[in-house]
Amino acid sequence: MPEPLPKSELDELSSEVRPAGLSESPFSEAISSEAPFEAYADAVMAPSVPVALPEGGFARRRIGIAFWLSVGWIALVILLALLAPLLPLHPPNDTGVGPVAQGPSLHFWLGTDDLGRDMLSRIIWGARVSMIVGFTSIAIGLAIGGTFGLIAGYYRGRIGALIMGCADVLLAFPALVLSLAIVTFMGQSLRNVTLALGLISIAPIARIIRASTLTFSEREFVAAARSLGARNVRIVTREVLPNVALPTFSFALVAVAIAIVAEGALSFLGLSVKAPTASWGGMINEGRTYLQQSPHISLIPAAVMFVTVLAFNFAGDSLRAFFDVRESAL
Amino acid sequence: MVRIGRSRGGGDDLVAVPASETSSEPAGSPGLGASAASPASALHKGPLLEVSDLRTGFRSERGLVRAVDGVSFSVERGRTLGVVGESGSGKTVLARSIMGLLPGSRVVREGSVRFEGMEIGRLSGDAQRHLWGAQIAMVFQDPMTSLNPVVRIGRQITETLRRHLDMDKRRAKDTAVALLRSVGIPEPERRLEQYPFELSGGMRQRVTIAIAISCGPKLLLADEPTTALDVTVQAQILNLLGDLQRERHMAMILVTHDLGVVAGRTDHIAVMYAGQIVEMAPTATLFSEMRMPYTEALLKSIPKTGDPSHTRLAAVAGRPPDLVEPPAGCRFAPRCPYAQDNCHREAPPVQTDDSGRHAWACWYPVGTPEGTAALERNLSAGRPQAVMSVVARERTAEPFAGASAHDDQGAGASRPLGAEQA
Repeated sequence: MPEPLPKSELDELSSEVRPAGLSESPFSEAISSEAPFEAYADAVMAPSVPVALPEGGFARRRIGIAFWLSVGWIALVILLALLAPLLPLHPPNDTGVGPVAQGPSLHFWLGTDDLGRDMLSRIIWGARVSMIVGFTSIAIGLAIGGTFGLIAGYYRGRIGALIMGCADVLLAFPALVLSLAIVTFMGQSLRNVTLALGLISIAPIARIIRASTLTFSEREFVAAARSLGARNVRIVTREVLPNVALPTFSFALVAVAIAIVAEGALSFLGLSVKAPTASWGGMINEGRTYLQQSPHISLIPAAVMFVTVLAFNFAGDSLRAFFDVRESAL
Repeated sequence: MVRIGRSRGGGDDLVAVPASETSSEPAGSPGLGASAASPASALHKGPLLEVSDLRTGFRSERGLVRAVDGVSFSVERGRTLGVVGESGSGKTVLARSIMGLLPGSRVVREGSVRFEGMEIGRLSGDAQRHLWGAQIAMVFQDPMTSLNPVVRIGRQITETLRRHLDMDKRRAKDTAVALLRSVGIPEPERRLEQYPFELSGGMRQRVTIAIAISCGPKLLLADEPTTALDVTVQAQILNLLGDLQRERHMAMILVTHDLGVVAGRTDHIAVMYAGQIVEMAPTATLFSEMRMPYTEALLKSIPKTGDPSHTRLAAVAGRPPDLVEPPAGCRFAPRCPYAQDNCHREAPPVQTDDSGRHAWACWYPVGTPEGTAALERNLSAGRPQAVMSVVARERTAEPFAGASAHDDQGAGASRPLGAEQA
């Protein structure tokens, strides 16, 4: 322990250190204690208010097992949907391949429905519809809504206000009613359902992309690019877009989940793909009347859809948390 | 004054410069290369950059914020101008208005900025873009934000080269490696593949400098290039800028709040306060014969290594004035230890010394009989600004010892102006 300074010297030191009138500062106590220098150093070095650690610390920046489970499930669904024609499955639309409305068995893993069709086969073929509608409609939304969002966020001003005004009008329509109207008007088909859901997704996607474009186009690297003589198109596509892409991607996954649910709702109402074609929402609808006797006919497609939508949400959310690095953590 | 190339044709000539000039001699004598390609720059005998009566304001709800209010200066080829002032004095807005980097409907820009005799504001958008990056480049304050975080270093450098100098991919890459090496980055090939977050702050600033000099600009604007950096790295970066400038015969405008930074590295210094240049002189003259009380206050506020511990820092009391409604008289008057009644009423005219190279705007300049008398009067009247300025420290006698703000070595040893301390 260092030799304590004589009291008089300490007083001098402390009076010099602290502004007059601040006698209750943390220094005063520290300096009069036994080990003046250590305590003094502590008082000076350690801020009185604990400094909050940056939020995005390293511990938080692990993406976690839930993400990989979700990705695994999504990959499985996509793979099965892609390979459906090659898999040794019963034809999905053939009636009477097995007993009627039987629960899961060795031969029919997910059972059979009220017409004796193989549920597993129908689930897998139904996944094709869900995946095509989910991904394609969001791709349409990203292409159109993303472009408008980038333009609105980068140029702001009148152009931005005009675009966002249009988006607000689109948002004001009840989504389900709009898609019902489109599908009934244009006719039931995979393409029309996809287009309808794509149209609905444009406005929310445009808003999201505009929001993150707003922040990124204020950043200094955009000014730096401009100072190097880059034109606006180049700045938007080469500087802003790569930064916007990350948060957009995670949002897009959630949007796919929403689109899958929306397709399910439409086919539950019988407005998606036409009758014998398997789709998850349609299967839930078909089993509706047998809920008491054979609940599995509705519940299994419902569960598959639930898990799939959950997986998309989870994956999107984990990605967002993972990429959402605060400035302070950099 | 020769005024060639103010037409649109002049602008187009300029476009041709970098492509032919720099491809044959990237870092070499710009004078020779330019004479062949660009009659405008060869014939232009005046200063490289002339700024006259530049005014930049921002429309706000309270009124027009006059961030830059009537600034005039010129920079000769290969010379360095230091622009000094505290935060909010308009330095950055000045740099950005020169670059035309303040877009938007709320910006009001008046006055003239001439580069090699060409009025930049009158060039077409395309001609301006060919000027920026190729002829005038900028280094920003914070290398953490001025590099795109999700783009590899390599592409950030080569993009400019390919655009302005029409290089193919491979040549651009080779040039990028050479550039990174010239700014002192080890293992440049590996760096090209890295993202900005993988580099340290100093390295990142070296990268931004490499990008800025990549097309051999004639004028480099450095807006507080070392403010965001570590003290030891600051000196390295400043030395690097100085070396590159000499090698490439670039003119440079070095914007900083730190008089210590500009002391040994500039030819001229302009001191800015509240959007105006209040004193401008050759560097040595400014330090030896400063006239403006604000310059004096800035210099006093640099901590001195010779001082005993716990010496109170001589800060400039108060804040810069409101730029929507600046004070009627001298804008520094409310904070000035020399201020008299007329300072508050009437803005001082710009005066120059006999050589005409030292200009200041003050009624009671430091070091003149009137100034001394004014300070005496304020002291005896007990005006707080005056009392504080004297009580704080009597240090005007040897202003250079502490010129470098972060000097930590020879305790109190008085060093010549601009002594390096890398």
